[in-house]
Amino acid sequence: MKTEPNKSLRQFQQVHEILEANNNDKARLIPILQQVQDSYLFLPPQVLTYIATALRMPIAEVYGVATFYAHFTLEPKGKYVVRACDGTACHVKGSSKLLRTLYEKLKLSPDKSTTDDMLFTIEAVSCLGACGLAPVMMINDKVYGEVTSARCGEIIDAIITAESKVVNE
Amino acid sequence: MKTMNKAVLGQIKDKYGKNFKRVNKRIIVCAGTGCIANGALLVYDALQQAIEDAGLQSFIELELDKHDHKHDEKNNDGECVQLSHSGCQGFCAQGPLVNILPDEIMYVKVKPEDAAEIIQTSVMEGQLIERLQYVNPANGNKNRGQLDIPFYKLQNRLVLGECGHVDPENIREYISHDGYFAAEKAYTSMTDQEVCDTLIESGLRGRGGGGFPTGRKWNFARVVESDKKYVICNGDEGDPGAFMDRSLMEGNPHRIIEGMMIAARAINANEGYVYVRLEYPLAVKRVIKAIQDALDAGILGDNVFGTGRSMHIHVMEGAGAFVCGEETALMASIEGKRGMPMPKPPFPAQEGLFGKPTIINNVETLAAVPLIIRNGPSWFNQYGTATSKGTKTFALTGHVANTGLIEVPFGTTLREIVHNIGGGVTDDDGKISTQGFKAVQIGGPSGGCLTAENIDLPLDYDNLLACGAMVGSGGLVVMNQQSCMIQIARFFMNFTQSESCGKCIPCREGTKQMLALLDDIIDGTATMETFHLLEEVGNVVKKASLCGLGKTAPSPVLSTIVKFKEEYLEHIVNKRCPTNNCPALMDITIDVEKCIGCTACARKCPVGAITGEKKQPHKVDPAICIKCGECFKACKFDAVLGFNM
Repeated sequence: MKTEPNKSLRQFQQVHEILEANNNDKARLIPILQQVQDSYLFLPPQVLTYIATALRMPIAEVYGVATFYAHFTLEPKGKYVVRACDGTACHVKGSSKLLRTLYEKLKLSPDKSTTDDMLFTIEAVSCLGACGLAPVMMINDKVYGEVTSARCGEIIDAIITAESKVVNE
Repeated sequence: MKTMNKAVLGQIKDKYGKNFKRVNKRIIVCAGTGCIANGALLVYDALQQAIEDAGLQSFIELELDKHDHKHDEKNNDGECVQLSHSGCQGFCAQGPLVNILPDEIMYVKVKPEDAAEIIQTSVMEGQLIERLQYVNPANGNKNRGQLDIPFYKLQNRLVLGECGHVDPENIREYISHDGYFAAEKAYTSMTDQEVCDTLIESGLRGRGGGGFPTGRKWNFARVVESDKKYVICNGDEGDPGAFMDRSLMEGNPHRIIEGMMIAARAINANEGYVYVRLEYPLAVKRVIKAIQDALDAGILGDNVFGTGRSMHIHVMEGAGAFVCGEETALMASIEGKRGMPMPKPPFPAQEGLFGKPTIINNVETLAAVPLIIRNGPSWFNQYGTATSKGTKTFALTGHVANTGLIEVPFGTTLREIVHNIGGGVTDDDGKISTQGFKAVQIGGPSGGCLTAENIDLPLDYDNLLACGAMVGSGGLVVMNQQSCMIQIARFFMNFTQSESCGKCIPCREGTKQMLALLDDIIDGTATMETFHLLEEVGNVVKKASLCGLGKTAPSPVLSTIVKFKEEYLEHIVNKRCPTNNCPALMDITIDVEKCIGCTACARKCPVGAITGEKKQPHKVDPAICIKCGECFKACKFDAVLGFNM
């Protein structure tokens, strides 16, 4: 029983530090959630409760904010988040085909957007603002322009190869 | 904390200018998001290596307060080159772009392998490399650079001017281009009212969509008495198809900070926020760096230009909600709440962020402000039309040869933009099409469509509103004859429906119903009642919604209903999609290349719609075909087209 408090302390250590860095300021809830998501990769329910308690806010309010914005996720995302742009310019240049290729390639669908090995998550987003290069996709922070079905396959394959090397080493 | 004043700004400018005279050649690599995606940073590294390999003297920025004799002595021997990054130069489809000044040479689609040749041939010998030149797709002519490439030649780049010339991460370079002198003038030799009056006289209207006169907005906030006021820069550019704010924030962040400082002077605010979308990580990085550099230089801080006034700017990253582009929702988001809009009044100028008077301006609006203070209102309002002054940036995308970011005076026609600057309409294979455009969607999900009959309409706020479209944030998507307008309307409806925040019923329920009605049309289950209902619901949503998102959400549908009624009726009455885009309404055809004439489909067809000789390609008569799919199943050669199974 003695190890329990220590374990939970460790668990919440990072959240605690983030809250401190933001002066436990309610108005900074969104930056807090962003930073928490950056380090935990998603927003676990216990962490939301912890944040609400620390900021003296109703849990429902924190939950409300966490579910309102598209960037926040209550479920873990893959290591590589593939954002396929479906903005107007990409749409008229065939982004739906690109998205279909991605889903087929990674055996995913709009209902199941993360691979079982937690390597990839596919998201369709409304605009990445690189319309001159449509169709566009973004993997984590890197933008890829004029992505054809073939090129998209190569990019994904390259990541898979690189990852399997890491595992083997 | 250093204090900054006009004399120090002048010194920086002079010193930088003197340093700069040493440079014989400037090589500028575009480092906007588009060019980086195409490998611009690799090109930059390769060029740097090539400069070293060639033994050229490269420009090193001198410390401002030191006098470096060693460099002065070297002044005259040999070529001195400066290699720098710039923000987005706008011609994204042709990236990575490399400019060589003062020769005004512009190379397109440059690869790292080209670096050595560029340095040797163009920088050292001053010769052109034909292979890397821009080829005008209309006539096959090669162009030398920005002075003769039609895409640039026909533009009026005022607000975007320094984007693509200055290094966005170097504050001194910005100062050397007269940066921060306008803010200095506003703080030290103008009253708050004079700043507002200058803006009113210039005729600048908000570039974010509404088009409200900026000076009047500022004046409302100026006259309110309060111990605290805020200035917010709205960089939550959520409109699909628009990226001018991104380019400005990435390409010239100091101009936006200077614009915010002038706005703060005008309303006597001392704190500001730049709200940036999280999808723009590079913009976030550069704006944060620019703010820090301005703070270190003593431009921002507690004693702005020695006036005793303070000004601090924070960056707030959005979390992915289109509705946050609406000003009241954006403020809720900065306060840490769900980004939902509030009814107005009270207007933000009276009660805004944290209950204090606040002005919110779009990135492009703020970027224009320093130019107006610097050059005077009459310089600005010489451009444009009677009611819309100045220039406007448009994100020119879709089926057009030259996609990218352009800036033209208000009053420019679509003919000029699409055919002359844009280089013409392209077909689905990317070739120049002779048929012209079917529609130009302007203003994104809040805007509408213009057609060929509007080709000579001078584009400005009021003319566009009269046509059922709007300037919006300036997304301009060209669509060729192969585009299905119902699909486009559905695309925008799907977007606004999923981005509706759910606070007011007309928008939350109305957009959902409109989307369902459009789906019925696309699936071929619609009747004329669907069509009338769609129009009726659209008008209700437009009139009854709380904020701008809902009020303008039906525009793409209502505008296509007016402009493309025939196409709607063809879908509804004849169950046909004239452009063969809607899977359920496609004509069934047989691919003559793949068909070997085995007759399997003709034998299966229950209505006898398929005809053809043995061993010859077969044909489907769309008038008889009932689209049962039997032929598709029977064909072993994938020759039957038109089913999306």
